[in-house]
Amino acid sequence: MAEMWINMGPQHPMTHGLWNLRIKVDGETIVDAEPEVGYLHRGIEKICENRTYTQVIPISDRLCYGSSMSWSHLYCLTVEDLMGIEVPERAEYIRVAVLEMQRIASHLMWLAAYAADLGAMIGFIYTMRDREIWIDLLQALTGSRITYNYPRIGGVAHDLPANWDRDALRACDYMDKKLKEYEDLFDGSKVFMMRNEGVGILKKEDALNLGVTGPPLRASGVKYDLRKDQPYSVYPEIDFQPCYHTDRDCYARYKVRMDEMAMSCHIIRQAIKKMPKGKWRVVAPRNGPVGTGLGRVEDPRGEGMMYLVGDGTDRPYRLKIRSPIFVTVSAAPKMLIGYKVADVVAIMGGLDMCIGETDR
Amino acid sequence: MNLFQFCYGLIHWLVDLINNIWYWLGDHLPWWFGNFFTDVGDFARSHAHIAVMAILLEVLIIIIIALINVLNFIWLDRKFMGRMFDFYGPYYVGYRIGGWLQNLADGIKLFVKEIITPAKADRIGFFLGPVIFVGSSFAALVTIPLGWDFYIGTNSGPTVPGVYPGVPASLLIAFMFFAIAPFSILISGWSSNNKYTLIGGMRSAAQMMSYEIPMLLCVASVVLLAGSFSFHGVVAAQHDIWFAIPLFIGFIVFMVCLVAEVEIQPFDLPEAEAELVEGWTTEYCGMRFGLFMMTSYLRGYIGGALAVALFLGGWQGPGFIPDPIWFLTKAYIVFIIVEWMRWSVPRVRVDQILNIGWKRLLPLAMLNLLVAATLKVWGVF
Repeated sequence: MAEMWINMGPQHPMTHGLWNLRIKVDGETIVDAEPEVGYLHRGIEKICENRTYTQVIPISDRLCYGSSMSWSHLYCLTVEDLMGIEVPERAEYIRVAVLEMQRIASHLMWLAAYAADLGAMIGFIYTMRDREIWIDLLQALTGSRITYNYPRIGGVAHDLPANWDRDALRACDYMDKKLKEYEDLFDGSKVFMMRNEGVGILKKEDALNLGVTGPPLRASGVKYDLRKDQPYSVYPEIDFQPCYHTDRDCYARYKVRMDEMAMSCHIIRQAIKKMPKGKWRVVAPRNGPVGTGLGRVEDPRGEGMMYLVGDGTDRPYRLKIRSPIFVTVSAAPKMLIGYKVADVVAIMGGLDMCIGETDR
Repeated sequence: MNLFQFCYGLIHWLVDLINNIWYWLGDHLPWWFGNFFTDVGDFARSHAHIAVMAILLEVLIIIIIALINVLNFIWLDRKFMGRMFDFYGPYYVGYRIGGWLQNLADGIKLFVKEIITPAKADRIGFFLGPVIFVGSSFAALVTIPLGWDFYIGTNSGPTVPGVYPGVPASLLIAFMFFAIAPFSILISGWSSNNKYTLIGGMRSAAQMMSYEIPMLLCVASVVLLAGSFSFHGVVAAQHDIWFAIPLFIGFIVFMVCLVAEVEIQPFDLPEAEAELVEGWTTEYCGMRFGLFMMTSYLRGYIGGALAVALFLGGWQGPGFIPDPIWFLTKAYIVFIIVEWMRWSVPRVRVDQILNIGWKRLLPLAMLNLLVAATLKVWGVF
């Protein structure tokens, strides 16, 4: 059969978001691949230059619909670095708890999309149902379900509502049960394993050279987790291990995320137990100093980084956002070539694409 | 009384009723009509005419039953899927009958949509694809009996031992029509002039090639045990024991192949919606797509009926229930089990489906044929 280029996107069920993957196929085998991003560019970095430091927080929420909490937290972290603000300890523990909740919600949404991509519709419904619990918790805390606008420069917007910590602990117990159920549903399914094992192998060297971060990197056998390697917030005081896997294939990426969800439950429990009483916010100055701030966090999708230049006014002079998926997607040809057309959904779905942050 | 006799009697009664008026008209109208009224009336009363009309009526009855069952199947599928997925399924349209009218509402919606043919599509092939697909699937209904007395045919009951009612080689004809559909999928996929549909069509052809053979080998083992190519003969041979028990391997292989043939979830590669948008139906819209959709459920119905007739004892059961109801109940159960699988497992890959077909199912089907031959030689059947 002659080789031909196929556009998988921009309007395609495989692309969660608006991007394009051009693949060159020989029959059913992929011989070349070329990801194209940039369809959803909103100029967020430029928008931020025209807003005061506080007004940027809702904008940074809009970076990613899957994990907006981690992005607004990252922005606040960066501005705190610029201004040299010491955040109260209670606020740090609240942040850790909501960040891990956001991580679980994001991973559950990834699992839902991944199961639907592979054709197991039941996985989509069950995981979205369980994601509701975490979204409900975040809604009780912040008042909204997708873009929370909760972290503030120098703390968080408000304290925990009544009985919220009890509900969060219950949700952790529920999640532990459900994770076992998912294991039965997916790991126990022969067809699921056939679709995942040995598919989309990303070598350790390739992953490191291409700057892949997050679960895809840890699935390639690199033990790199910013929460451990360059700790921020109160992660050093919490007992946890970065989850990694050495199989390098789609199954490893799936397994890393499943382990991370269990680990996040573990972290939430500790954060709620260790949470001290006290202030949850300090008032930040309106004007920032002249200088730069840098924040790096372990986003659910990889390493998120923001670099902020302040010029002494109340607005950022320049904000640079490093998106994990924008870098990770460049590894697509390495993973795709040699596999079948049907593997595209498994491999690209395993990266957990989020175009909001990729195109910014 | 079988279906043909019933239809024959009905037509005969109707013709007599009309002929009373017709002859009366002939007697009272002016002379220059000649013998016209008498000739036409005599033709209408002749055996040949009534028999032909009775066969047409039989076909109509079978098709209506099939269509009602298809509506039921779609409704059952959506309702069952809803219960599996923690929601209600169709609910508002036809509230008192469990949302059953939702399918009709969807059908009406598809009817009023515009039918678009892509500018670069091959018009003849694009039109012929659905025609062949729907036509061949409906044609497969022709020879499948719903009961000992409920089938399309003109003869009535066994006159000679070993000769069964209905078409003599009804089983072969049903499978012949059943196997035409992948060609129409290839035609419509290719003529759409779209890369997704082309890949979907090629996948369908590959899938059919690899799954038709083990399926027909399982059918061959059934035919070997029953000693007849007729559905009636096969069902009659299962009077004491269902073929699913001695030919257990064959039953499993047959069901897997059936799922692949009707393109249901673990094997629905030709219309894999994740990577191929909507597979070979991508370019179809309006009622053409609706026909594809409906016919795929019709094929599910035919598949269930084939599995019941060949392996699960057909219409034989407790005597107090009419044959067709017993037959359809079994077909519904088979369909529900298939749907259960459909909504809970992921889709396999194209090379994996070929591996399953050639490396697993084909040897198992041969083994099954060997078992059937051994049983036959021992004289068990």
